[in-house]
Amino acid sequence: MSDREPLFSSRNIKLLTNPLNVDNPITVQVLGICSALAITVKLEPAVVMAISVMVVLVVSNVVISALRKMIPPRIRIIVQLTVIATMVILVDQVLKAFAYEVSKQLSVFVGLIITNCIIMGRLEAFAMSNRPWTAFLDGIGNSAGYGLILIIVGFLRELFGSGEIWGYPVFEKIGIYNIGYENNGFMILPPMALIIIGVIIWVQRSRTKELIEES
Amino acid sequence: MKSFSNTYIFVFSTIMVVIVAALLSAAAMVLQPLQEKNIEIQEKRNILSSIRIKSSAKDAEELYKKYITASFVINTVGEEQEGIDAFEIEMGSQMRKTLEQRSLPVFISSLEDGTKKYIVAVHGKGLWGPIYGFVALNNDFTTIYGTNYNHESETPGLGAEINTDWFGAQFADKKIFNKNREFISIDLVKGGADPESLNEVDAISGGTLTSDGLEKMLYDCLGSYQTYFKNQMKNNK
Repeated sequence: MSDREPLFSSRNIKLLTNPLNVDNPITVQVLGICSALAITVKLEPAVVMAISVMVVLVVSNVVISALRKMIPPRIRIIVQLTVIATMVILVDQVLKAFAYEVSKQLSVFVGLIITNCIIMGRLEAFAMSNRPWTAFLDGIGNSAGYGLILIIVGFLRELFGSGEIWGYPVFEKIGIYNIGYENNGFMILPPMALIIIGVIIWVQRSRTKELIEES
Repeated sequence: MKSFSNTYIFVFSTIMVVIVAALLSAAAMVLQPLQEKNIEIQEKRNILSSIRIKSSAKDAEELYKKYITASFVINTVGEEQEGIDAFEIEMGSQMRKTLEQRSLPVFISSLEDGTKKYIVAVHGKGLWGPIYGFVALNNDFTTIYGTNYNHESETPGLGAEINTDWFGAQFADKKIFNKNREFISIDLVKGGADPESLNEVDAISGGTLTSDGLEKMLYDCLGSYQTYFKNQMKNNK
């Protein structure tokens, strides 16, 4: 193939960076909201979830992309689901063996990665029609975009809901409780995650011209 | 679009399924010992938590060795059974047996202040799945020292509250026998427990079925132990 493009052509770089901003799976495509609300009470599970989704998405993307010419179109959804489900079970097993505490906190949500629309969406829309390398980049980009929002929300909710960052009692150390501050219990509840995501979408839309819809 | 024959589709799916099955079985076999170790540590942490000792995954083994000084297995008439490790007993399967056939674990812990606590296991049904835990009694075999409850799939914020500190703390100093040494277990009361009461604690609002399950679990499981408790009370005198 003489027209092979360089590994990091501008098109490929876009695959990595677009999902972080103008094509973000959560804030722009509004996919994968369910898990974003459920596991962002604290930063640690949010990070573990982000990493888990990244592993699942990247591997599934590459596998499906490598097999794309062999997969019969009639059963492609089943094949995609099988690959995703296999990866999710593997991730779940590994977490149970090496990060038991976190896996207990994430509970069913690791298993529910299978139903995360971002993953099926990327496999069907991208991996089925692109080469493995670009599918790999697309997987990294999209899961990073998902993870980025999870981490922002997790950080804010843990900080204002429990006064901690990664379990470290920041607010207690700087003595903010002594002047009458109290943790906001509402931050711990799922509705607040939705509100935070809403605010992120608001900020993002008002700053990014491409996303402003013409009325 | 390229078309594929039915034979191809069948062969493709078969190969795919075989590869996936092999991969998952291999992973399960390799990781199983590590997972079981984690579950064992969690169990030890639960036992420690029932005697109000906080532990982490790292120090649980050490603290368990330090505080849990003995463990044995009894039957429902209070006789000790030889040759069974109390830690290995699955309370869930024991509770499905008839009363006479049950083997019940007892863990004895010696605390720093010199008192002995007797920890017994409980297992029952919540709303969605099993609930289980440990109840620690003072050496009068009547007064609860601490509890630890866990659940597999109760509703977060409702039934799942049974493993929060506030819920567990209510049980401290409640009594499972009345003055006449009759077994009364613990009642979970809706609409506020009487603070003067010997054996009432608040149920969880919105978690009625879990609360009922927990009440029944305590009645059934502590009830299985009652002959042992009564024998020990007589010995104490």
